[in-house]
Amino acid sequence: MSKYSHLTIGVLATQGDFQRHQYQLELVGARSQLVKLPHHLDNIEGLILPGGESTTMNIMIDRFKLREPLTQFCRLKPVYGTCAGMIMLARKIEDNQAGVKTLGIIDIDVVRTGYGRQLHSFEDRIEADLGNGPESIAAAFIRAPRVTRIGKAVETVVEYKNSPVLVKQEKAMAGAFHAELDDDTRLLEYFLSNNLF
Amino acid sequence: MINFNDKQHKVKVGLAEMLKGGVIMDVTTAEQAKIAEDAGACAVMALERVPSDIRAQGGVARMADPDKIEEIKQIVTIPVMAKCRIGHFAEAQVLEALEVDFIDESEVLTPADEKYHVHKWPFKVPFVCGCRNLGEALRRISEGAAMIRTKGEAGTGDISEAIRHLREIGSAMKALTIMSEEELYGVAKENRVSIEFVRMVAKTGKLPVPNFAAGGIATPADASICMQLGAEAVFVGSGIFESSNPQHVAKAIVSATTHYNDASIVANASRGLGDPMKGIQVSSIPEEEILHTR
Repeated sequence: MSKYSHLTIGVLATQGDFQRHQYQLELVGARSQLVKLPHHLDNIEGLILPGGESTTMNIMIDRFKLREPLTQFCRLKPVYGTCAGMIMLARKIEDNQAGVKTLGIIDIDVVRTGYGRQLHSFEDRIEADLGNGPESIAAAFIRAPRVTRIGKAVETVVEYKNSPVLVKQEKAMAGAFHAELDDDTRLLEYFLSNNLF
Repeated sequence: MINFNDKQHKVKVGLAEMLKGGVIMDVTTAEQAKIAEDAGACAVMALERVPSDIRAQGGVARMADPDKIEEIKQIVTIPVMAKCRIGHFAEAQVLEALEVDFIDESEVLTPADEKYHVHKWPFKVPFVCGCRNLGEALRRISEGAAMIRTKGEAGTGDISEAIRHLREIGSAMKALTIMSEEELYGVAKENRVSIEFVRMVAKTGKLPVPNFAAGGIATPADASICMQLGAEAVFVGSGIFESSNPQHVAKAIVSATTHYNDASIVANASRGLGDPMKGIQVSSIPEEEILHTR
């Protein structure tokens, strides 16, 4: 029995790398539920908003009537957003060309593809203190968003080159990068053990 | 040398991961790109002509004009892909310089090199390549492709070739996982790929890069069948802008791709779409005009 086997975590699956998150949940022994329709939110304890295209997620959230229930869920339960998921959890997108309506759960502003287009995507090590002293984690920044403003209630968990890249506010957590592309589950476990499930 | 743990390769495959569950649409103008984005496309492919027009008009098909690509990059926030001719590494270099997000080394354009594909490892921008079977898939991945897609038969609106290619790859993958060491050697030899790579794929039971469907997808049900047969996202070429109602068809194919395993949603998406692209049956095309054998 894993210490997470009592948890069922939803993964928003309108589009994006939801399979990677689902795979990591499997690795740590938690159950998962893909969320594509409102009733998929019914029996889950937490939610992951994956990477992908926030423009597409935004459209599909409205098209399948997820906006209201998703916002309610994110206000009450633990959520973790990566890349596009961070954009969706943010309060505001600067220069919001595609008119993406964010869920406004974490008091940060972001710029989409703030580190540049794919040619400038990169992987680097970040230094994170997840409660056991500093650890080095491989972080992939893929057309990643850049945080440009951070509210008083928001805690910066990890900073990289003078920008917050992993932030927390109450039960919500968001990262600009991907840690789910390989089998390293430390950040997922940090989310699962620190968010008051 | 093949190194799937290379950081640059990881972020290339990473972008392919981010496109999963989505639809990549061929567009030839900024206006079409906007329609695609508003319908929910997760990326667009910037082209001079859609495959059905290339087929109808003939002539040499080449990389798109940089101005066209720039114009499309300006109008959308989603990734922009573009095609280069098979083996034409200078076109690929140009596309990288233009900072397109993905390069499709495509059989839809007139092949530039009869013998070699582009050596894709040194590029910082990821490549997608078409394939008909496991051997082609393994060769393209060995050359550095970060995503593979079925070739299907582009510009026809006939899904049969894409289905054949998905099934071929699916069956061959299954067979690989139960093969003995000498059989794996046979696969490596027959397909001209390294035994280490074949062993790795056999052991994990899956390809090390995402596998998308392309070539002939024209309806929501076409997208659904490809996803159900193991494709992880779909490319739609002529199917959208050759139909009588592109906005509707684009939206419907996106809905059917996300909800591919929910037949009632696919059914709703299929309603009242107007005339789909007329299309052409693959079996009626003369052999020299077939694209997937390129």
